[in-house]
Amino acid sequence: MIQPHGGTLINKELPKTEKARIVEQANELEKIQVNPQTIKVIKNISFGVFSPLEGFMNENNYKYVLEHMYLENNVAWPFPIILDVSENKAKTFSSDDRVLLVDDKDNVIALMDVEDIYSYDKKEFAEKVYGTLDQEHPGVADVYSKEEKLIGGEIFLINEPKAIFPDLDLKPIETRVLFKEKKWDRVVAFQTRNPPHLGHEYVQKAGLTYVDGLFINPVIGKKKVGDFLDEVIIKAYQELIKEYYPKDRVVLSTFETEMRYAGPKEAIFHAITRKNFGCDHIIIGRDHAGVGNYYGPYDAHFIFDHFPDLGIEPIKFRSFSKCSKCDAVVNDKICPHPPEFQNYFAGREIREALQAGKPPDPEVMRPEIAKIILQYKNPFVT
Amino acid sequence: MSDDEHKVEYTTVSLPKPLVEKIKERMKGTGFSSVSSYVTYVLRQVLSSIEEDERSKQAFTKEEEEKVKQRLRDLGYID
Repeated sequence: MIQPHGGTLINKELPKTEKARIVEQANELEKIQVNPQTIKVIKNISFGVFSPLEGFMNENNYKYVLEHMYLENNVAWPFPIILDVSENKAKTFSSDDRVLLVDDKDNVIALMDVEDIYSYDKKEFAEKVYGTLDQEHPGVADVYSKEEKLIGGEIFLINEPKAIFPDLDLKPIETRVLFKEKKWDRVVAFQTRNPPHLGHEYVQKAGLTYVDGLFINPVIGKKKVGDFLDEVIIKAYQELIKEYYPKDRVVLSTFETEMRYAGPKEAIFHAITRKNFGCDHIIIGRDHAGVGNYYGPYDAHFIFDHFPDLGIEPIKFRSFSKCSKCDAVVNDKICPHPPEFQNYFAGREIREALQAGKPPDPEVMRPEIAKIILQYKNPFVT
Repeated sequence: MSDDEHKVEYTTVSLPKPLVEKIKERMKGTGFSSVSSYVTYVLRQVLSSIEEDERSKQAFTKEEEEKVKQRLRDLGYID
């Protein structure tokens, strides 16, 4: 099985006795309230999804990653993972202090050893990570909404945050044991934030044909208005797997993280995190993790050429469609027929049909999947 | 300790002649001075990769693995 990124699967969960000791001392430590997105980052760092990261980036790593897309120790990493605090909050503690990271109800989530407190340039962050300063881009808007100071340092998990879908919440150590148990040496990951149409099913099965197992890993968490609700995505996949997939060849599990819509850089992030789950291949489609017209349709393919040391291999699909002449789902490498024969699984048309309360064309989306989505009065994030 | 005790002992292995010819071709421009040194280098790489793979297969303790398997059973991922 593929090694975790950086060579070691990180585990930052404190032993029970240590947790109890820290909680007893809670009143003596400064507290930093963190939002639900940051809580997910803490959980992902703690259980190795973000291996080799052991905490929030210090200033040196922040600058190095922003400039080179590598950590200082020469391990690839596409964008900074940061913890922001207000100027006033930053005055309440110093470098080398221990602080507690708490949720909005003051529940202790993690302990952090503060390594440094530093300023950053939001414009530089937005430009280098997202390639634009346009605040219509959800990632850029998020950067500009952040506080003025960043703190770096190692974290230690005290209380594991509750999962949105506990029965589908697998940690990298669990997927690795699961793949081993299933005798899967080679596993292809599929990243998604949509319920499946027949094009998705086609690329997943095409990928699976050449490896031992398929890991369907929908992103669950903060998304933009108009994206599908998490529950809709999960129920649709459960139905598809039940009816159309070999049970011993597919695993569905959630990945709680926010979508950043960073296009090619997010494709690298998606690859690294799935490598940590134990996958050695990942399907990268057209405009992977893109939004609007900020990225070229195949930028997320080209970027992998700059990371020959990533370990996990991208399986790149340019486009797929239902060809009426072939009477099959095809991609542009295998079908010679011109566009008038092709139905391209346009997301916009699928959404329009669903918004009108109608099932999309059955050549595009299986009726069982459409039925599940249409059970929801509004299946979209509002 | 005498110098002799530091010396690495060598032995002979046989390779098919066509393979040796291929190795000679492959060696060109690599800086290796002999087929033996090149083959030694390649074998070390291969063995190190196999050992790394074996280490990764033993990445969890038996106890950890059993605990994880129980959760996977509880969730219905394995029987």
